[in-house]
Amino acid sequence: MTNPTYAWPLYEVFVRGKRGLNHVHVGSLHAPDDESALHSARDVYTRRNEGVSIWVVRSVHVTASSRPRRTRSSHPAATRCTGTPRSTPSRRRTHI
Amino acid sequence: MSTFDEVIAADRRIEPRDDMPEAYRATMIRQIAQHAHSEIIGMQPEGIWITRAPSLRRKAILLAKVQDEAGHGLYLYSAAETLGVDRTDLTERLISGKQKYSSIFNYPTLSFADVGVIGWLVDGAAICNQVPLCRSSYGPYARAMIRVCKEESFHQRQGYELLLTMMRGTDAQRAMVQDAVDRWWWPSLMMFGPPDDDSPNTARSMAWKIKRHTNDELRQRFVDMSVPQAEVLGVTLPDPELRWNAERGEHDFGTPDWAELRRVIEGDGPCNAERVENRRWAHEDGAWVRDAAAAHARKKELAA
Repeated sequence: MTNPTYAWPLYEVFVRGKRGLNHVHVGSLHAPDDESALHSARDVYTRRNEGVSIWVVRSVHVTASSRPRRTRSSHPAATRCTGTPRSTPSRRRTHI
Repeated sequence: MSTFDEVIAADRRIEPRDDMPEAYRATMIRQIAQHAHSEIIGMQPEGIWITRAPSLRRKAILLAKVQDEAGHGLYLYSAAETLGVDRTDLTERLISGKQKYSSIFNYPTLSFADVGVIGWLVDGAAICNQVPLCRSSYGPYARAMIRVCKEESFHQRQGYELLLTMMRGTDAQRAMVQDAVDRWWWPSLMMFGPPDDDSPNTARSMAWKIKRHTNDELRQRFVDMSVPQAEVLGVTLPDPELRWNAERGEHDFGTPDWAELRRVIEGDGPCNAERVENRRWAHEDGAWVRDAAAAHARKKELAA
């Protein structure tokens, strides 16, 4: 593969803030392995000392509850974890 | 089930797995990618002053700011990827000239006062543009913008504080600030894009709620915001037509040189070639690091 960045897996990043009780999802990034993902997460998501603890997890390891889709989508982007766990059913108006 | 149109009409967010018109997807990819590219290219004009900052404090501030810009680029590439594109591909589209970045970064930074003026005017204009984008109809972009805007307001304040300090300095320092204002004022006004009657996509973008105000509305807001700040600073904005219009309750101001904006967008600005060449060099020169990291990860995986 001549495109190594593409081969780097996607990670989801969770940060526990100074006064935060639990880790909160802050975004995603690509990294070659877990350790590099942690280093990059520190650089990208805690530049202002926001966090006291960081978790990184490969996006493919996140099992998400499926929310009702607004009509069926066959686009390739629809079939993978999108790095937006905030879009869970609780924030959706499921009755629509 | 609600359709794309119903979600837009109800002012809710479109999420990556939702159905969306192909033109909406393509427009969002272009908008987010251009924004990401602008953050990354935007590191260059200020980055060259890091080693020449006049004090350790100014160096630390500038370094942090340029790092923020890298971070903003990364948040935005992540948002673009939710639409099914790959960031390496986006980088290649940038260095091959297929995708654009903000015209403003094609102007040179000639003195350290430029660092302050970029913070004050360029980041100020960016804030005017970006605050409404926190309500973009595309969810991942709107959320990235909330984070970006928070940090961008730091940048604007540090720029203004730098200029206030220089204006309290020597005559030579005050002249540097005025010179930088003279060079950056008009390009900053151009950051809002062409005038409304020459902006064919505005109506559709407003209907899709990926643009909340027209170019001219935002430009007016920026002028009204900047005039009192210039007075406090003690600099003159280089526009003889600039004056308060009591009837409109807004400032009147002159017309930017739209031919210049077109030239710069088409690649003929003072620094276009240099900016893209630097980006190409960084991308190609860094390839071995990316390859090595991938090889290391593979080796560890096999050993495990």
